[in-house]
Amino acid sequence: MKIRVERDGLADAVAWVARSLPSRPPVPVLGGVLLDAGSPDSEGEALTISGFDYEVSATVGVPATIADGGRTLVSGRLLADITKALPNQPVEIAVDGARVSITCGSARFSLPTMPVEDYPQLPPMPPHAGELTGEVFGQAVAQVAIAAGRDDTLPMLTGVRVEISGETLTLVATDRFRLAMREFTWKPSGDVEDAAVLVPARTLADAAKSLGTAGKTVELALSSSDGLLGLSGTGRRTTTRLLDAEFPRYRQLLPTEQTSNAIIEVSPLVEAIKRVSLVAERGTQVRLEFTGGGLKLSAGGDDEGSAEEELPVQFDGEPVTIAFNPGYLQDGLGALHTDRAELSFTTPNRPALIKPVDENGEVVAGYLYLLMPVRLPG
Amino acid sequence: MGRSGDLPRGLVDRFVVRDGVGPDDSGCSILHVDMDAFYASVEIRERPELKDKPVVVGGIGNRGVVSSANYIARKYGVRSAMPTSRARRLCPHAVFVSPTFGLYQEVSRGVLGIFRDITPLVEPLSLDEAFLDVSGALRRMGMTSGRIGQLIRERVEAEHGITCSVGVAPTKFVAKLASGLCKPDGMLVVPKASVLEFLHPLPVSALWGVGKKTAERLADVGLERVADVAAAPLPRLRRIIGNALAEHLHPLAHGYDDRAVEPESVDKSVGAEETFEVDHWDRELLKRELLRLSEKTAAALRGRGLRGRTVSIKVRFADFTTITRSRTLLVPTDVTREIFKVACQLLAEQTPPGAVRLIGVRMEQLTQDSGEQLLLDAPESGWREADQAADRARAKFGHAAIRPASLLRQAPDRSGETEPRPDRTPG
Repeated sequence: MKIRVERDGLADAVAWVARSLPSRPPVPVLGGVLLDAGSPDSEGEALTISGFDYEVSATVGVPATIADGGRTLVSGRLLADITKALPNQPVEIAVDGARVSITCGSARFSLPTMPVEDYPQLPPMPPHAGELTGEVFGQAVAQVAIAAGRDDTLPMLTGVRVEISGETLTLVATDRFRLAMREFTWKPSGDVEDAAVLVPARTLADAAKSLGTAGKTVELALSSSDGLLGLSGTGRRTTTRLLDAEFPRYRQLLPTEQTSNAIIEVSPLVEAIKRVSLVAERGTQVRLEFTGGGLKLSAGGDDEGSAEEELPVQFDGEPVTIAFNPGYLQDGLGALHTDRAELSFTTPNRPALIKPVDENGEVVAGYLYLLMPVRLPG
Repeated sequence: MGRSGDLPRGLVDRFVVRDGVGPDDSGCSILHVDMDAFYASVEIRERPELKDKPVVVGGIGNRGVVSSANYIARKYGVRSAMPTSRARRLCPHAVFVSPTFGLYQEVSRGVLGIFRDITPLVEPLSLDEAFLDVSGALRRMGMTSGRIGQLIRERVEAEHGITCSVGVAPTKFVAKLASGLCKPDGMLVVPKASVLEFLHPLPVSALWGVGKKTAERLADVGLERVADVAAAPLPRLRRIIGNALAEHLHPLAHGYDDRAVEPESVDKSVGAEETFEVDHWDRELLKRELLRLSEKTAAALRGRGLRGRTVSIKVRFADFTTITRSRTLLVPTDVTREIFKVACQLLAEQTPPGAVRLIGVRMEQLTQDSGEQLLLDAPESGWREADQAADRARAKFGHAAIRPASLLRQAPDRSGETEPRPDRTPG
């Protein structure tokens, strides 16, 4: 193999593929990235860079001038570090026996290669299910993934449930303390039946972040039977294995009624929560007291010190005093992407619902954040 | 009972109080009171015929250890925490008594009552020792701290028939050292002006926190006396024994110790453990034991209004290798079920197979019961309510009134009772 590529494109591509590689690979080849140029599998005049750890695969094409086609496998981490540090000049990559040389300007590197034949076959892209804009997808996934659990002993809570129902795509995640749900329309291809699958939240959030650039389209591919989800856009393709776990039946958790609701400015509320929760020992709880006269936030007690702050609020219904974990509350408010929020309540021990509110004071449909309160002692 | 018995006493002889005459005690508001050979003394009080015999209190089973030995038995080399079998070899004619913890707790409560008559600032360290801060009592009672020490010693002996030793000093560290150096049945006063005079000639092992290893490491570089540690520059000390220990020992060696006497000592962790009479391989049996210990731990948390965030288990194998494994929960808990579930996971996933000698459950990262993060899909009345109902039933009908069904089977053989905690409820 002997090729020439642009430094910037190469560095970005290698960084993106290497990012999903395991830090301590169970077998050395899984810590490698596969460089494929002009071999029958690759696409025309391009270098294909891939990584795979049996869970997640990533593939990206980079324009290249190919003098001599071929495939080689090198340490992903090392290649990422090197390409990042190269000067902005064309890069020449050549394989000679069991070594690969990288030349850029006056810098020369020689790396050992790993046996390509030991590298696992990347899973094929599942059937195309539909597409949506990168912006919408990136925001939706970020809004939902915050509520996913991080405890690997409860795998069903570490995923984002993706529900395809005709033109409606629904994303939901919960760690049992809160639940975030986003619903929006997309363009289904019609080739894939309605389905509901569970995608590892961290992988999905990573992919959405790197593919969800403004103005670009993200394509979603799905094979429930193979347990595989594919995402592609801007020349990048990634697949991830689905979680084989039962997501909690969540629709029955959504409150159907409310006894009071508040409309409030988000950023002053977030600032106030940050301030008063400074005295909440290990972020335990912040108390919210809603009345027609306003909202009083308070935290702490006699031992650790206490704090309170008052904010104006547009409030209807029964006055309510309710307490939340300040971190969870901030997560929800931060995910709204509107200047105002609606908070609605039933009782202090039942979940509260947070929704985005637009400039006209109307609730924006499509997103909700359900948050379980902290039960106050006594 | 501690290492202080090994410290050279000649160096501190002039601080000992004799016939009510001792050094100047002004400015010495901290008392450390330590019962002499507590369990053994209580047993002897109950059976006066044992008075002039060596008496050893401890587990009688083949794995029992010595809890307490009177001073006659100590002459033969019997020490607390040594296996009973070894004590038998050292002193075959000693009278071996198995402990009656209920009685010790009762005496301990009585003795703490005497302390609390004098000052509310009483910090029990165990059943048989406590710190007292008498600074407020000095004026109220119109006495010096030395006189208060005498009064305590007289009352303990008159009302409970056992003796104690008292250290009187300006700080906790020095007071504790002082009581150890005048045992048994003695009192030692370290005047505020003489703290360094008292401390500096002592070997480094007198410093709280210096064990055998640290003492060796200090001796290797020529630091043998407390004075040497005090004179060593802090950066040098840090290099020798590490930052944390150096920063802890340096002030102590200079006589500084700003720890206050804390009446309600805040627990860092709560737990329970069990040593089996025979080693056990059977994981099902170990799990049942974890359930019993989880229940005990959770009940202790609930009783104190605490919740723990980290569950840890301790497993000691037949060859005495001991491992602890822990997992931190998302929200603190005091629910038996939740503690047990994690304890079982730790046993199943992180504990290698082997014959188990001891198993324990512990909750760390404790917080005051200040609020409970509710779950979206949990019923409003759950395990916590079940636990609370069980607690109430036990309070009313005794400990055996209610327990998980899987514990109704025969419990594994145990080495004996687990040592009870000191009575911390202010009387």
